[in-house]
This record gives sequence, C-alpha cells and structure tokens, in this order.
Amino acid sequence: MTAALTKSWRGWLLPFSVVIGAEAWFLFNPILSDTLAAPSKIIRGAVETMMDGTLLRTTYQTLFGAAAGLFIGMAAGTACGIVIGLFWTADRLSSWSVEMLRPIPSVALIPLSLLTFGYGYRMEYAVVAWATFWPFLILTQHALKQIDVRLLEVSRLMGFGIFSRIFKIMLPAAAPRLFTALRLAVGLSLVVAVTVEIAANPQGLGYGLMVAQESLRPDRMFALLIWVGLLGWALNYILVRLEGRLFAHRAPGLAADA
Amino acid sequence: MKRFRVLDIVLGILGLLTLLWIWHLVTMLELIPRVFLPSPAATIAALEWGLVNGDLLPQTLATINRMIQGWLLASLVAIAVGSLIGVSAIARAYIQPTLEFLRPLPASAIIPVAISIFGLNSSMVLGVVVFGAVWPTLLGTIHGFAHVEPRLVEVSRLLQMSRWEFIYKIGLPNAVPDILAGMRLSLTVALILAVVGELLTAQEGLGTAVLHAARSYRAADLYAGILLLGLIGLVSNYGLAIADKRILAWKN
Repeated sequence: MTAALTKSWRGWLLPFSVVIGAEAWFLFNPILSDTLAAPSKIIRGAVETMMDGTLLRTTYQTLFGAAAGLFIGMAAGTACGIVIGLFWTADRLSSWSVEMLRPIPSVALIPLSLLTFGYGYRMEYAVVAWATFWPFLILTQHALKQIDVRLLEVSRLMGFGIFSRIFKIMLPAAAPRLFTALRLAVGLSLVVAVTVEIAANPQGLGYGLMVAQESLRPDRMFALLIWVGLLGWALNYILVRLEGRLFAHRAPGLAADA
Repeated sequence: MKRFRVLDIVLGILGLLTLLWIWHLVTMLELIPRVFLPSPAATIAALEWGLVNGDLLPQTLATINRMIQGWLLASLVAIAVGSLIGVSAIARAYIQPTLEFLRPLPASAIIPVAISIFGLNSSMVLGVVVFGAVWPTLLGTIHGFAHVEPRLVEVSRLLQMSRWEFIYKIGLPNAVPDILAGMRLSLTVALILAVVGELLTAQEGLGTAVLHAARSYRAADLYAGILLLGLIGLVSNYGLAIADKRILAWKN
C-alpha cells in the first residue's frame, strides 16, 4: 500500500486536486467559516500550533498515554496468552470468559475508568490497556500453537525447564507473529487514546481537537486532524518496514500481507 | 470426540463461574471499594431492575438501532462505491492510495469536524458511525474486485458483458467473502462509535446511561450498562459469524 503511494504519481493526484480545489473554492468564496478552512489557512494553523507548543505538548501526552497503556496491555496479554497457549486446561477454563469479556467495547470502559481514576493519564492507560490486552492474548495463543512440534520435542529431549523452554524456544519461534500483534496493537492504542481524549480526558491530541472545534478555529482543528492521521500512518509504516527487516528471512509472506 | 466437546463446555462454564466467584470474594472482602466495584449480585439486580422498571431497555434498543442503522448505511455506500472503484484498475490506481492513507485515521478524530458541521445531535452520531464503519467494507470490496480470477475477466470480455453485468454477475459474487469480512469489522466499529457519540452528545442510549451512572456514583448501574454493551457486541459477532457460514457454505 505504501509502495503504491511512493512509486506512482497517480496516487497523489486525488489528494492534490482536493487541496487545490478547496483553496480555489475559498479564494472565490471568501467567507469566514466556523466549520471549514482553506488549505493555506490550515497550514498557517499548523504553524501556529507548532509555535505555541500545543502540538508538541498534546502529541507527547497522547503518545505517552498510548505507549504506557500499550505496555500494560502487552505485558498482561502476552503473559496470559502464554499460559493459555501452554496449558490445555487453562485454554478450556478461560474460553468462555474470554468470549464473554472480549466483545466489551473499550469505549464502554471510559466512564468506569473516569469514575475509578478521575481525569489524567491513569484513566487513559486503563482503557488503552484493556483494548490492547485482547490482540496480544489471542495472537500469542495462536503463535504458540503454530510452533513446530519438533522444536518442542527437542527442548524436552534436552531437558529444558519450563522457563528456558518459554524464553529460549517458544518466544523466539513465535516472534514474527508477536511482532504482528505489536504492530496491530500500536495502531489500536493510538486510536483508543485519541478516542478517550475526545470523549472524556482533557489532555492530548483528542482534547486539542475538541478545543479547536469549540473555539471555532477550523484551521487549527484540521491541522491537528491531519497531524493525527500522519502520526498513525507513520507509526504503521515504520513498524511494517521494521517487520520486513527483522523477519523477512523467516516468513517471506508475512510482511507482504501487511 | 463428542465427549471432549462436552468436557470443553463444562470447563468453560466452570472457568466463568470461578471468575464470578473471585469477583464476589473481592467485593465481599471489600478489597476494592464498592463505589468502584459492585458485587455481581448487585450488578445483576441493577440489570434486572433497569430492564424491567427502568429505561435500560429503550436505551439498549436506541444504541442497537444507531449501530445497525449506521452499519447498514455504511455497508451500502461501501459496497456501491467499492464496486465502482474496484471494477476499474485505473480508478484503483488513482483512488486507492488516498483510501489507504485515510484508513488508519482514528474515526473518532473526525468527531470534532462532524460536530462543527452537524452540531451536537443524533445525525452527527450517525454520520460518525457511517464514516468509521465504511472503511473495512469499502477496502474489502475493492480488494475482492481486484482479485477476481483473471480467466473470469477474460470470459466476461469474450461474452461481451457490460461493466454493470460484470459487477453483479462476476465481481460482487467474487468479492462476497471480503465484503462479509469487512462488514464484520464494520459492525464492531459501528458499536464503538455509537457509544462514543452518545458519550459526547447525551443522546438516548447505553453510552449516555453508563456515563450518567458513573457521574452519580451508581456503580451497579454502570456495570449493568457495560454488561449490556458487551452482550450487544457478543450477539452481533455471533450473528454475523453464523450468517457468514451460511452465505459462504457454497464455497466449501
């Protein structure tokens, strides 16, 4: 997908004509709008948010909230996924509970998180952690199931203990799939963090967007919106490239379907 | 084989009951204050009372209604537009990169824009649900059209099919698995955005219900609402999975 964007001029035509069309429209209809802004105004708005520190501060808050929540979700999800993936009984015992809990939409926990932690980073961590916990749990479990049985037999023959079996055989063998889980969860964590900020938490890019809208500054609003889009796109792009680099030699099809 | 499945179900229920029991113990010993974690019994009581006497039922229906409406609208738009883009390799080359760039954009980030266009009302929520739920199905449809067996394309040319005929005789049937996969994802997104929209606009619905419950420290009502939202997600997931199997039965 990114290759299409960088290799062909044709992909650029549509966005460019939208920008030029919008600019021309505002040039011939010079109205002061509360909802839309000319691209040139948006660029000026972007520069403004950069100069007054809004962009840096809100980006830091969102990324920090997303990253810390992601870390908690990853640690808990991978740990539970390993237990479920290793032990048949744990798998069966948890199956119903997982099926019941997983469909709870992360945003439904925003009010609960607000009640428990109040405004601030902690409520954001909690919701992001809940959302990212599930992909790690599921994908870790699947990754462990797909490990070559012979590898496990070898480790048993060599008399490995449970911990060296996990850390020396299983996790390295499952690494490509775990990385895919990470890539998906990174995107998810950003989406959820921004959503929490828009819905409740007065900090970060989501709140910045709401403030720009409420103070009738569409130029700043669209500047932040485009920035959020770029951020999500760039994170995904970096992780896809990294995935290709790290695991190309092991699973040739893996990076291609990204 | 059959005995194994019975054992699976028994163990699954046992695990769930154990979880409930732990929840019960935690609240009984007050390890976590009751304001934040009500007992399971209190939650069930609140759920029952809300459904029978309170307005939990109309709120649930309102949220489901919003979700389904937005999802259906988004699916229609996505399949129609996706077919038009997907059927032509030229359109794909021009439009798809932009779509791929827009897709990772958090759909909720569009909410401020939607508020400034529609205001804080239910059409804003519906607009956001549609915007967010369109992407998975749209990209699924395009993908399905782009991967039609080349020989079928040749056959359609030999038969001198018009573009419309190609779309509904070859393209769409071929894209059905991708479209269904997209629609399943879309439904999840639709539920999430319906709730976010309600949290912000105080329209009738479960999102508003749980927010009010949290604001007035009625933890049992809050958990009852979260439980219902989980149930909506669960039922809609299963419903679509079953529909999926039925519709795709001819493939296997």
